[in-house]
Amino acid sequence: MVAGDIEFSNELQSYIDEWSKKEGGLVMMLHRIQNEFGYVPRAAAEKLSLISGIPLAKIYGVITFYHFFKTTKPGKHRIAVCLGTACYLKGGQDLLEETCSILSIEPDEMTDDGLFSVDEVRCLGCCGLAPVLMIDNEVYGKLTKEQLPGIIAKYRSL
Amino acid sequence: MVNVKVNGIPVQVAEGSTMLEAAKKAHVKIPTLCYNPDLSPWAACGICVVKVEGSNKMLRSCCTPVSEGMSIITNDADLVQTRRTVIELILSTHPDDCLFCPRNQSCELQTLAQEFGIREQPYKKMVRDIPTDTSTNSLILNPSKCIRCGRCVEVCQEMQGVWAIEFLGRGESIRIAPAADVKLGDSPCIKCGQCSAHCPVGAIYENDQTSLVWDALMKEGPDAKICAVQIAPAVRVALAESFGLPPGTDLTGKIYTALRRLGFDAVFDTNFSADLTIMEEGTEFVHRLTGALKAGMRQATADRSLPLITSCCPAWVDYMEKYYSDMIPNFSTAKSPQQMMGVMIKTYWAAKAKVDPAKIYSVSIMPCTAKKFENGRDESMYSSGYKDVDVTLTTRELARMIKQAGIDFLNLPDSQPDSPLGPYSGAGVIFGATGGVMEAALRTAYFLVTKEELKDVNFTAVRGLSGIKEATVHINGIELRVAAAHQMGNIATVLEEVRKARAEGRETPWHFIEVMACRGGCIGGGGQPYGATDEVRKLRMRSIYDHDEKSEYRCSHDNPYIKQIYAEFLEKPGSHRSHELLHTHYVEKPLYLK
Repeated sequence: MVAGDIEFSNELQSYIDEWSKKEGGLVMMLHRIQNEFGYVPRAAAEKLSLISGIPLAKIYGVITFYHFFKTTKPGKHRIAVCLGTACYLKGGQDLLEETCSILSIEPDEMTDDGLFSVDEVRCLGCCGLAPVLMIDNEVYGKLTKEQLPGIIAKYRSL
Repeated sequence: MVNVKVNGIPVQVAEGSTMLEAAKKAHVKIPTLCYNPDLSPWAACGICVVKVEGSNKMLRSCCTPVSEGMSIITNDADLVQTRRTVIELILSTHPDDCLFCPRNQSCELQTLAQEFGIREQPYKKMVRDIPTDTSTNSLILNPSKCIRCGRCVEVCQEMQGVWAIEFLGRGESIRIAPAADVKLGDSPCIKCGQCSAHCPVGAIYENDQTSLVWDALMKEGPDAKICAVQIAPAVRVALAESFGLPPGTDLTGKIYTALRRLGFDAVFDTNFSADLTIMEEGTEFVHRLTGALKAGMRQATADRSLPLITSCCPAWVDYMEKYYSDMIPNFSTAKSPQQMMGVMIKTYWAAKAKVDPAKIYSVSIMPCTAKKFENGRDESMYSSGYKDVDVTLTTRELARMIKQAGIDFLNLPDSQPDSPLGPYSGAGVIFGATGGVMEAALRTAYFLVTKEELKDVNFTAVRGLSGIKEATVHINGIELRVAAAHQMGNIATVLEEVRKARAEGRETPWHFIEVMACRGGCIGGGGQPYGATDEVRKLRMRSIYDHDEKSEYRCSHDNPYIKQIYAEFLEKPGSHRSHELLHTHYVEKPLYLK
């Protein structure tokens, strides 16, 4: 196999060395990879397969099963729109559509200027604030779609 | 043993048996869809639900073990209704183009829909539009037809250890695909076709190339082709199943006749070129062994001249080039029988029959989807100066051609293959079963080393369905250790032992290793009629060995036509000309192409 041509930090490398020997370590290692790169680049998945001996197909089975893992590069600001039960019932889908329409992208895509990307997520753990949207680490609750242009504009100038 | 009742019928089964197995023993049929006896139960579909007396809970019989005194109910109105619902739900995500589907009338979902009398679609239709993958010449993947039973994924990962495909995504977006949604042709797929042989519907199937053959057969005037055909050992004991006869029915003579009636000008038998492969590979083995006896076995292990590993199976060759390329020097350079026949047709036979090789259209009938890939594998598949084998059809495709042509196959008279590339020895025919290449090679290697004929040519230790078979054979005081492995998932054990011995500077545990990618060898190939289970494989295998026993010659070197081809054309095994025409080479391949 031609290994993915990608550098892992020493920290990530030693984490993988440790967890690749453990049962059930795949999700842990993928978490770390996503922390380092913001997503799981194909080259990183290939390198992980090579180091750990876990077939690439299995790695992709896991990456694509969990919404958390991304295979595309995120924007500078990551917008997560919650579609968990509570948020969905309170209009999460409308928020998602409005966000995508403002930015002219689809979920899992990045804007041309590299500033924003949109993810659909299942539950951010604050259902009392439904519907919820999170940008980077900031949570916005009890949102209406009318508030969205203002919030997004704030991040353009950051 | 455990005592249970199935619909009131008492039956005794081994501990750990499933409810489904108990029902089978009581001659009760429970409908199944995702279940396949080759695979561990996956419990994906829910059609095989049953109840235990006194409870309304529905249990999946494919994966629920029986317990002492259990009384199983397989059939009541509630169960039938649930099964109907399952079928209706599957159908709601399945296209309705049965008439145009490659699995029309061999589809397990269609059969269930028919048996349950499904007449309407109560659920909203939600068919996904996923593009068809035609990136390999062997197999076509149509994920829109997939019912998510998981058989192909289990076959590819568990049985074959290839990991070309996996379920990607979840929920309604779940799909079968190679990692990262690359095309099958860019994945580790080895084209063995076991996925296609296990798929219950039309989601993965062989690339049907019969129209190419019809075109060649029907060309007239200055473009007319001289059509030559060869049939592989394993085809003859399986084709009958496509015409409703029991597995293992040997219809060799009728197949020759049918091929002539289809319009082929020359009908040859791959068994002949299997004999030729043995002459080349047997000679190569004896040469390597002689060298090893001089240099020492450890040295031979270190420089990878031993063990010699067979290379007749193209899926195995592909696997080795991807996963075990360090073993390239261990690989026999002898081409497979398909390719040897191809090149002999366009050189030796063309000259003898005084025909222009450019006008020959060479077709092979194989139990295998990987053979379609092999015929264009690299430039050595063109060593006649033309494409040695123009097109490969599987057993399933041949069955369709015979039906299309309106040939009353089962009532045909028997006939013989054409000479000189037709007559064969029993050693050639056993190539169709796991252990057969090894056995055939040993019969001739014994002769090459001792110059004497074997008293008993049967090497039964390498026969049968156990995953790895080992034997020790004494030839002239040499203790020869051999192994035969089949079903790709079993191969790693053998190869890792060899790698380990080499790394530790020890002697190889075996001198000669045979590998076949499919369970049972070619008789269980990915291009064979549907429904192969171990029961079926055993019957096909039995028929192969019966054919061998009935053969006039049992050893490749005794085949008079083999002697003739060397005398007239190839000089001797391993000659310069043999190397030019009958040998190939291997290259390391990246698993994923960039």
